[in-house]
Amino acid sequence: MRAMVYRGPYKVRVEEKDIPKIEHPNDAIVRVSKGAICGSDLHLYHGMMPDTRVGMTFGHEFVGTVHEVGSSVQNVAVGDRVMVPFNVYCGSCYFCARGLYSNCHNVNPNATAVGGIYGYSHTCGGYDGGQAEFVRVPFADVGPSKIPDWMDEEDAVLLTDACPTGYFGAQLGDIAQGDTVVVFGAGPVGLFAAKSSWLMGAGRVIVVDHLEYRLEKARSFAHAETLNFAEYDDVVVHLKKETDYLGADVVIDAVGAEADGNFLQHVTASKLKLQGGSPIALNWAIDSVRKGGTVSVVGAYGPIFSAVKFGDAMNKGLTLRMNQCPVKRQWPRLFEHIRNGYLKPSELVTHRIPLEHIAEGYHLFSAKLDNIIKPLVVADQS
Amino acid sequence: MTETATPYIAEKRIPRRAAEELRAQIPGWGADLDPADRPSYPREQPGIETGAHWDFPERQPEKWPRERSVEHAFLPPVFGTSTPPAGVSGAIRRYAYKYSEGRAAHWLLLIGADRVDAWEHHLKSFATLHPDNPFTETGVASEFRRGGLRSRYGQKRADVNHQWIDPIIVGGPWVLAAVGLAAALKAQRKRRTA
Repeated sequence: MRAMVYRGPYKVRVEEKDIPKIEHPNDAIVRVSKGAICGSDLHLYHGMMPDTRVGMTFGHEFVGTVHEVGSSVQNVAVGDRVMVPFNVYCGSCYFCARGLYSNCHNVNPNATAVGGIYGYSHTCGGYDGGQAEFVRVPFADVGPSKIPDWMDEEDAVLLTDACPTGYFGAQLGDIAQGDTVVVFGAGPVGLFAAKSSWLMGAGRVIVVDHLEYRLEKARSFAHAETLNFAEYDDVVVHLKKETDYLGADVVIDAVGAEADGNFLQHVTASKLKLQGGSPIALNWAIDSVRKGGTVSVVGAYGPIFSAVKFGDAMNKGLTLRMNQCPVKRQWPRLFEHIRNGYLKPSELVTHRIPLEHIAEGYHLFSAKLDNIIKPLVVADQS
Repeated sequence: MTETATPYIAEKRIPRRAAEELRAQIPGWGADLDPADRPSYPREQPGIETGAHWDFPERQPEKWPRERSVEHAFLPPVFGTSTPPAGVSGAIRRYAYKYSEGRAAHWLLLIGADRVDAWEHHLKSFATLHPDNPFTETGVASEFRRGGLRSRYGQKRADVNHQWIDPIIVGGPWVLAAVGLAAALKAQRKRRTA
């Protein structure tokens, strides 16, 4: 089969690989029809996530058709069109039994602090991902769901991570009616978080980024006010002024490890790998939320220490809430919102890149060229 | 006289927009208004139906000694089988897993192993019919086809101030390796002629 493989920082190529095999009775092998490159794949691409091995296939957002199933699989069958959450999880451990699917303890030998994620380094379990023609899907009775007939396949891909993660980020904010919500990051997750904040009754939503074309999308897609931080000497002071010096009730960090806005922080994290992430957006969140407010973190950070302003968080009495999203818990409600016309996830898709051209796709997304917001990876149907 | 800003008084000074106005303007506004009726509330939901029909999953065969965190009681029953550790980078990785996730040594060794791994594979690739090609593998051709200049200049982008470092990170080691190789060859030739 053809598959994307990592060749070292900033380098990927497409190679011939063996089709994955059933390795456990509850495995399925899925033939991928559409995948995506996620903003968090760029942390791998840039060499920031420890134990990212040359030869691994990335990709934790994908949909496709069941090609083969293991002997104990009951809930999906060969030929089913399925959407697969980015979480690999067993459904039965202490954490899964409480709905914390992203914290599963039965699927990741390499680390206890994170569950399993497709194509996301050995730190997340060492699973090959879906930027390939085929992918192994463990616990096929637990993770994947059949794609409803009425659902557009591109919407389904966005429902495997970006959309539920943004929706989850808004929930972590515990938004109350009339709250002012600030979202750092106008990538797909941030845009979905902004849109979801309205569903939860926000009275005002402000999206902060430095890419003007993404802020334009925040205005049109998420009905948000926008702020280009590159235009201000001190974005925190500006947000204080915007909120009558109170600060926002809720701030969502939808940026994560490669935040821009401070040269030293960015270079020590993204380029020199001396921090688990560049916590610029997180520090701005801590400083711009009101005392007693809530900071929600859905941006991904590496496991190494990062220079976070924890003292301010403590002194302000903040609630910090965060996790990788347990995707499947969000699906029933998100399906309703899509059917009701409140959400159309595929509106964020800007590029459809054939698997064979994925190296260019990674560069486009990494360098933010051509007004890219969400690139899909499209299988060669021939 | 300046009005007193919100944090110095008991109530927010800026009036809230009415729910009716927001509902009329924003599709779905308030559909998830009740915090107790949101999918992730409460955070932990014991007894949630997952589709699992086992108490503890069957164990996947361990085809090589699978490296694992020392914070695990045993090897979890299911795991990824991508890219087993090999070579010098594999030895460093296996050593890194002697330290817990709480130790900086664990992560710094793994990051170091990643860099060694990349060089091992670059060197190995030169002995194959498919050597690494930094030009195609970085996808840098999209700079010319997808508006590299247009996308950056004349925009207020905060990342332009550090993007110049990327070619150094990618190309720098190759240039250094080439210079080192040339110097070694020159020194060898000098020794032979002396």
